Amino acid sequence: MTKIITLDHGSGGQASDDLIKNLFLKYLTHPELKQLNDSAVLEQVSGKLAFSTDSYVVDPIFFPGGDIGELAVNGTINDLSMMGARPLYLSLGLIIEEGLDLDDLEKIIYSIGRASEITGVPIVTGDTKVVPKGKGDKIFINTSGIGVIDSGIDIGPHRIKEGDKIILSGTMADHGVTILTKRAEIDFSGSLTSDTTALHNITSLLLDHFPGDIHAMRDPTRGGVANVLNELAENTELNMEIKESNIPIRAEVKAACELLGLDPLYLANEGKCLIFVSATVADETLKLLRNLPEGKMAAIIGHTDTQHPGKVILNTNAGGRRLVNRLIGAPLPRIC
Amino acid sequence: MKYVEEYRNNDLVAELATELHRLVDRPIRIMEVCGTHTVSIFSHGLRALFPKNLELISGPGCPVCVTPINHINDFQTIAGLNGVSIAVFGDLIRVPGTTDSLSSMSAKGRDIRVVYSPADVLHLAKQHPQRVWMLPAVGFETTAPAIAAVVLEASRLNINNFTIYPANKTVPAALDALFGNNTIKLDGLLCPGHVSTIIGLEPYRSLAHKHGIACAVAGFEPTDIFHALISLATMIHKRETKVQNCYTRAVTDSGNERARQLIEEVFTPEDSRWRGFGVIPGSGLMLKDKFAHFNALHRFTFTQNKDQDPASCRCGEVLKGVLQPRQCPIFGKSCTPSSPIGPCMVSSEGTCAAHYRYGSVEINL
Repeated sequence: MTKIITLDHGSGGQASDDLIKNLFLKYLTHPELKQLNDSAVLEQVSGKLAFSTDSYVVDPIFFPGGDIGELAVNGTINDLSMMGARPLYLSLGLIIEEGLDLDDLEKIIYSIGRASEITGVPIVTGDTKVVPKGKGDKIFINTSGIGVIDSGIDIGPHRIKEGDKIILSGTMADHGVTILTKRAEIDFSGSLTSDTTALHNITSLLLDHFPGDIHAMRDPTRGGVANVLNELAENTELNMEIKESNIPIRAEVKAACELLGLDPLYLANEGKCLIFVSATVADETLKLLRNLPEGKMAAIIGHTDTQHPGKVILNTNAGGRRLVNRLIGAPLPRIC
Repeated sequence: MKYVEEYRNNDLVAELATELHRLVDRPIRIMEVCGTHTVSIFSHGLRALFPKNLELISGPGCPVCVTPINHINDFQTIAGLNGVSIAVFGDLIRVPGTTDSLSSMSAKGRDIRVVYSPADVLHLAKQHPQRVWMLPAVGFETTAPAIAAVVLEASRLNINNFTIYPANKTVPAALDALFGNNTIKLDGLLCPGHVSTIIGLEPYRSLAHKHGIACAVAGFEPTDIFHALISLATMIHKRETKVQNCYTRAVTDSGNERARQLIEEVFTPEDSRWRGFGVIPGSGLMLKDKFAHFNALHRFTFTQNKDQDPASCRCGEVLKGVLQPRQCPIFGKSCTPSSPIGPCMVSSEGTCAAHYRYGSVEINL
């Protein structure tokens, strides 16, 4: 019989204790976590702190290219990185639905441990709750993270200027289209995979080289590239001019989007960032990015301008021009 | 992407656009019948490349949009019955009825699933035999054969927890009705590529002859659309009322006979109510008597809803091409894609949604 999570595992009693010691601490090994104290006590750091939290409820919990655990580690690391912070510590909160297969939980915790090890950002505190069957959906994960912003680093929408180049660090829509097709049980012969990746190496490399010229960075997760650009266009009162033929997209992602009637500009990415950089160093920035495995498909996709404040304008492959508005509602496949 | 990018070639499109500019020497009005054309024209930014004298009007070719509100309300009434699950094509889930949408009913706990193919519904019915499954059968000649095939399969396998609400419609009858009401003056029709793969060219010939209008069947890529517009502009210039097939890689003169046989095997034409048009004789597809046990209208006991559009909604006029989306007083105000009042604002193929989303009309790009 397969072993499953029961309400006992969340009771705080023996079953909880076994779960923590035999499963969680097997893969999550930071000394501070092992103390099992009520909070982690961390060394003092110098610089401004960045603090971020995100919850992960992805369905399915396992998908081509990753799982909910890896996503939860990378996602919060990316949120910190986009502000120019070096991620230092993560917390891990699990809400598990009664009945989850213990083997599945182990796969997820293993994956969290591995992502944490690869990125070098440890889990230092955590919590687990179990909810009755039907009150959750297998597993929800919250991670919060703390990072430090080195002195002299100031990035954000307020620094974006007219004429800045817009770089996308790789292909768009991989995660979104993978999840949507998986959820719909459409089989594209296994060619679609999520792009879940931590981006802190990218951001720290760029900030080391061009601390003053990297103006803003954002990871286009939910709502995709289109939503981030719209948000920044509105905030900065600039317009974003982008060129369709310059936006990297994998052929199979494009094909899946064509088939389902989805616009890849609106689909989620989990391992990509948009970078606003001074035009003078844009080419060098691109070169640096392309030397990293997570940036090898990076491209300059457009620039900022003042002609149509607050708007995002796409110059299409066919030579046309159109507005790209914010995403409205969930992306739905078309009927015919 | 092979066989797609070629049709989006920048240089080729520019060349075709120049030719179209040369041909359109006076104001002409062309209706793009199909919602997929509407969206394609917007999403490729083609409006920025059209001659100023060319007015494009969107037609009744969005199947979700032309589904009348009483059918939308019926879907919801059935969704509220105990033991019934609804499987629905994506766009339909957000279309507002009088009080609810299927989406809001889903949020309140009703079992409503989005499916990609009618075959998925049969699969769900087999997987969950304790529930009765209902597919709102919405769509034109492109969707009807697939639904017919699934009805035949359900019949063969004797699956009795599968039903459809027959609401499929046929395009030529609506186009005929469009000209019948004399409210719209058009020079040409950009005819739907997908529907034409099934019905072929014959139905347009009688339309062109009867109403004195140029027709061109078009594919959905930028060069396809320019090709058909050039063909229309040439015919209009010469005052010809012929039918040109500008989508020969998919559409043949005689269409898809096998698909039409499937439709004929399962359905019989009947009068059908269209949003904005009222009842158009012979424009709907009803299940034949021998498949009546799959008909949700027979299977479930409920009082059918009456046709009454929201007072402020003018989707009917938009669908007939007599009102441009931005001329509707509620467009972008109380009616937006996030809280739509009419279906043209909901469907990804809806004219109002396309105008709102791509909005290139509002600023001069």
